[in-house]
Amino acid sequence: MRDMLDLNSAAAAGKPAAAGKVSIRNVSKIYDPEGARVVALDNFSVDFAPGDFLAIVGPSGCGKSTLLNILAGFDTLTSGEVYLDDKLLASVDRPLAPGPDRVVVFQQGALFPWKTVLDNVTYGLMKQGRTPRAEAEARGIEMLKASGGLDRIAKSFPSQLSSGMQRRVEIIRALINDPKVLLLDEPFRAMDTVNKVTMHRHLLDIFRISQKTIMFITHDLEEALFLADRVIVMTTRPGTVKLDIKVDLPRPRTREMMASDAYIALKERTVMAVREEAQKAFERGEKEMA
Amino acid sequence: MSDRSIIIATHDAGPSAAASTAPGAAKPPIRPRRRAWPTFNWRGLVAVVMFFLAWQLAVTFKAPGFHEIPGPITVVQTLVSDFLFTRSYWESWLISFKRVLLGFLFAQLLGVPLGLVLGSSRRFNRIVFPVFEMMRPIPPLAWVPLSILFWPTNEASIIFITFIGAFFIITINVYDGVRSIKQEHLWLAHSLGASQLTIFRRIVIPAVIPSIAVGMTLGIAVTWNVVIAAEMIASDSGLGRLTWEGYVSSTPPVVFVGMVSIGIAGALSTLLVDVIERRMMPWKRKR
Ligand SMILES: Nc1ncnc2c1ncn2[C@@H]1O[C@H](COP(=O)(O)OP(=O)(O)OP(=O)(O)O)[C@@H](O)[C@H]1O
Ligand SMILES: [Mg+2]
Repeated sequence: MRDMLDLNSAAAAGKPAAAGKVSIRNVSKIYDPEGARVVALDNFSVDFAPGDFLAIVGPSGCGKSTLLNILAGFDTLTSGEVYLDDKLLASVDRPLAPGPDRVVVFQQGALFPWKTVLDNVTYGLMKQGRTPRAEAEARGIEMLKASGGLDRIAKSFPSQLSSGMQRRVEIIRALINDPKVLLLDEPFRAMDTVNKVTMHRHLLDIFRISQKTIMFITHDLEEALFLADRVIVMTTRPGTVKLDIKVDLPRPRTREMMASDAYIALKERTVMAVREEAQKAFERGEKEMA
Repeated sequence: MSDRSIIIATHDAGPSAAASTAPGAAKPPIRPRRRAWPTFNWRGLVAVVMFFLAWQLAVTFKAPGFHEIPGPITVVQTLVSDFLFTRSYWESWLISFKRVLLGFLFAQLLGVPLGLVLGSSRRFNRIVFPVFEMMRPIPPLAWVPLSILFWPTNEASIIFITFIGAFFIITINVYDGVRSIKQEHLWLAHSLGASQLTIFRRIVIPAVIPSIAVGMTLGIAVTWNVVIAAEMIASDSGLGRLTWEGYVSSTPPVVFVGMVSIGIAGALSTLLVDVIERRMMPWKRKR
């Protein structure tokens, strides 16, 4: 925890804090419009301010990953627009490209297994070709070190790490590019509760220090309420905004807050909405519930 | 050998394999797992001795079926007196090895690129894959007559048959490897600023290496199978021929000398391939 403070200098690295204002306007996504016509997103709109921690909760298959993939530039949209810092990022006629300003951390983990931790972390800086190797590696080591002393595993291969460490390395690999927005697609889904708690602490530290805009996707309502400034509950597919809730809990967040009246009141307001959508999804035969 | 099973297991598990490794386990980092020195397997030794003993006894007491079979002592005597110090015996080794390696090498040289392209170009796949799938079920030995008709020399036809044995296996493995590359890896590389060419060279190829290794392991085993049979059918040299001649000339000990030699040769090639595979995948070595 003490080490985390160093991340400040590491992440900011002289640059002014990137903005990271995201505006998603009336986005719809239909897969296979000629055939099966799977409407994954239907008129989805949300705006988030720079430095927001936005969590998106919804039942399985409601289009959460679709939304994130559209933002990341991995997928096209069928209608609507996405703006990043008031610049048009994606629309129907504008094929969008992935970029280092919006890096994703995937739920299954996607470190390159044939590269060491350090080479994974510096991959972006090297590929963007603006940073000499020595400098990239120094930055990588610095950020690993700041994240709870991970520099000692810099030369390890990902398969040698626990899944928690792998996920932390992935977050650093995204963060080192100084992205405008960090996109997290259920990064802690496969973890047990104890590990999740640790990861939450790390993520909140990173959020506090780097002040990045974060979009965090999850099944887990408690996780969303604990981490985020704002929680969007999505309807079952086709996904739209069902509930948009501001989380007024103070920061830094602590586990004790989860017993506070404010937290419980928030949870009560949200949980019914989530259950309702999960129930609908279940009845429609989707494979999992929130 | 355990390395091989790891490779195959990883391969079979497919894209989800990485996700399932150690869910949340608080493994200490690095610290290479020290391999326990295998304790001496005396039961195994006893079993091996018993095997030879039983064999010798069956021969001495003329058990049914063993009338023309030589005992292990005779086999060793024949090996030492008639083969080990002759030039022709080692030439048989050399010739078979050369055929295996050439067939295997050509299979790699053609199979790996073909597998890569089959996996990455949809159009190429649509055209070529049906032809490929049409030929693949034909056993390598069924190619023997055609091969002899087609190739000007016997040597070329045997190498070709050996090549066929490994080629389809290698290609199909590489193809499968390309198809099971994690989409997330490609996306991420793209996000982080890699060009299409870099993605192919630095992401697709390393991601496919484990599949290439599987193809190599399976391929080398098949090439030995094929080369021995092809030599018996269509050649006047090599270890397969040596074994067959033992039969034709009614000298059963020679049959055994041949079998033992082939076994050793196969094991040596497998070892060689294992070493190469480990070099290809340094990230798996330190597990
Ligand atoms: N390429 C595709 N082609 C057709 N349908 C798709 C495709 N990708 C996703 N879908 C469908 O779109 C819907 C939304 O998928 P998405 O992956 O966004 O859901 P999700 O909310 O992320 O679910 P989960 O919680 O399981 O990750 C699902 O019904 C899915 O089956
Ligand atoms: Mg998803």
